[in-house]
Amino acid sequence: MAYRHVVGPRTHVFADLATLMAKATPVRSGDRLAGVAAESAEENAAARWCLAEVPLSEILARPLIPYEQDDVTRLILDTHDAAAFREITHLTVGDFREFLLTATPEVLTRIAPGVTPEIAAAVSKIMRNQDLISVARKARVVTRFRNTIGLAGTLAVRLQPNHPTDDPKGITAAILDGLTLGCGDAVIGINPASDSVQALGDLLQLLDGLIQKHAIPTQACVLTHVTTTLAAMERGLPVDLVFQSIAGTEKANAGFGVTLDLLREAHEAALALKRGPLGDNCMYFETGQGSALSADAHHGIDQQTLEARAYAVARPFRPLLVNTVVGFIGPEYLYDGKEIIRAGLEDHFCGKLMGVPLGVDVCYTNHAEADQDDMDTLLTLLGAAGCTYIMGVPGADDVMLNYQSTSFHDSLYLREVLGLKRAPEFEAWLHGIGLTDEAGVLVPGSGAPLLAAAPDLAA
Amino acid sequence: MSDTREIWARLAGLTPARIGLGRAGSGLPTREVLRFGLDHAQARDAVHAPMDAEALAGAIANLGFTTIPVASQAPDRATYLRRPDLGRRLDPADLSKLQAAAEAADLALVVADGLSARAVHENAAPLIDAFKPLAEKAGWHVAPVVIARQARVALGDAIGEALEVRAVAVLIGERPGLSSPDSLGIYLTFGPRIGRSDAERNCISNVRMAGLTHARAAFKLHWLLARALTLGLSGVTLKDESDRALEAGVASQALPGSTTG
Repeated sequence: MAYRHVVGPRTHVFADLATLMAKATPVRSGDRLAGVAAESAEENAAARWCLAEVPLSEILARPLIPYEQDDVTRLILDTHDAAAFREITHLTVGDFREFLLTATPEVLTRIAPGVTPEIAAAVSKIMRNQDLISVARKARVVTRFRNTIGLAGTLAVRLQPNHPTDDPKGITAAILDGLTLGCGDAVIGINPASDSVQALGDLLQLLDGLIQKHAIPTQACVLTHVTTTLAAMERGLPVDLVFQSIAGTEKANAGFGVTLDLLREAHEAALALKRGPLGDNCMYFETGQGSALSADAHHGIDQQTLEARAYAVARPFRPLLVNTVVGFIGPEYLYDGKEIIRAGLEDHFCGKLMGVPLGVDVCYTNHAEADQDDMDTLLTLLGAAGCTYIMGVPGADDVMLNYQSTSFHDSLYLREVLGLKRAPEFEAWLHGIGLTDEAGVLVPGSGAPLLAAAPDLAA
Repeated sequence: MSDTREIWARLAGLTPARIGLGRAGSGLPTREVLRFGLDHAQARDAVHAPMDAEALAGAIANLGFTTIPVASQAPDRATYLRRPDLGRRLDPADLSKLQAAAEAADLALVVADGLSARAVHENAAPLIDAFKPLAEKAGWHVAPVVIARQARVALGDAIGEALEVRAVAVLIGERPGLSSPDSLGIYLTFGPRIGRSDAERNCISNVRMAGLTHARAAFKLHWLLARALTLGLSGVTLKDESDRALEAGVASQALPGSTTG
């Protein structure tokens, strides 16, 4: 069914819902690359007027990719919570925006299972950045493994101690640096340079050893392909969290070498290990706008809507952590700082609205038109939006993945200006070591109390 | 206190990562802010520097390989950055050139500029030099080396298909990092043809003097290619267990003499 919107002498016609949603999206390079972006500023604005009038029930009734063709569509519809949806079923997209702006946190939690990714994406397209921030701030998602992540007023940090050759001493030095600067409550997560099971095993043993020895209330992850982690679990290696990159269509997931069944198998294997004393959220997913187009699997849908569909893939697995790697994929998808900032806020909002514990890898590559000032802006906005976690990379420079993310120092800045705390168990551990004062502020010095308490880490 | 400073100075020597930077309140010391700014400026410049295809062809010819220069359909750097689809497609004029050179080899090596010409300038020839004796020992027939401008990884599929080889290895400049503007990636694809997905490739990343050395990277490529040719596939189902082989002492025989080993 075609959609129409009249502006003065011109009638803008949008062939179907996918086209309407694509044309209503704030313009970005990836949608231009896919040939689905609005062709004029007026068409972009007209599409938003038109989209605002579409009932949510119509979006639910018109899957963007047919049920028969795509297992992500089947997952979205088969797991849709009709009871939760009842509260919003009478609304249009435009009404829904106003509903969200006035809703309490409890209401947002209640409707989350009824919000499909397409509904979240549609409403985000007619929201300004401030709307995305104020609604996301109210939508809390709390998860647990060895600590509690996502409580109101907290921000967690993934300690990302990557090393170009997975050298254990180099990785340990970076972990010590991060802990000294009060980071690591979300996870200590390594992107390995090697994808061999052998190398994975060495890194898992390293992380498990130091977490156990120093009773650090956090979890470990080596971010490798799910099949490699499955092999590691079969060999009895200590796996806290299973990691996998995921996307919003069956074909894009095939490009990552994963199926929903494979994710289920890995989830069950990790659950069976029962390694989380506080909770059993044991999956960690990464996503990012543009991955479906990159795999030629976008079905004519805009990249932001497809990104929200990736959160629908994550949702049934009750993950501990999900983060969009917003500026990683490159300028062909998000060209500059403005596009990266907008996408980061959209992704965080959509994830939270759907009940997914969204963090953001606030980042850019050296071939994008962006710099540290843009990252400071997005970081600050996400802090205000109640972002679940950010990355902590030494000096913001990832020497393995070759991109710039946020640093340990950046998290200190954010805590200082916005008064954000760490996961409470981790906060207590830092204080117990003597690294922080009663208020959670780092004491002066260069981590001497930790060096004294854990001399093995500096060996 | 000086004790702590000494510890951090020693730890900083264990990793190229920016650790032990100190802090001014919650921020970085001025020196570190300025150092970061300079490194970012240099990485930005590296992205836009052109590949010297002629010098590369000369260096590779000295190793005893013939070379074939090709280009993608991206006419310039600005288009290349915004249109990855064009960087994956072969310039039609080059297709017939490759088809004429087809000779049913086991492997084609493609040297591609990617996002860092510097990575290719510094690492492609040494890597091929280290790999050549391993390929000879295995009895593999290697096709002429293709040097590709404004190229993405998947351009190797089109090249491999045209050359009718069993597998293709693309040696490509990775996106320059602040501390590693010179990092080469190697992507191995069995049965190259247009439309292969990234899950069907094996990747060896961070090949450079300060990262994975040329000798080790060559050994990994040799190990993966041997497995790929035996199994008839590459990608996520081909697990890289070359580290085990290295540890088992195969390395001492297989690794060619190298100052970077």
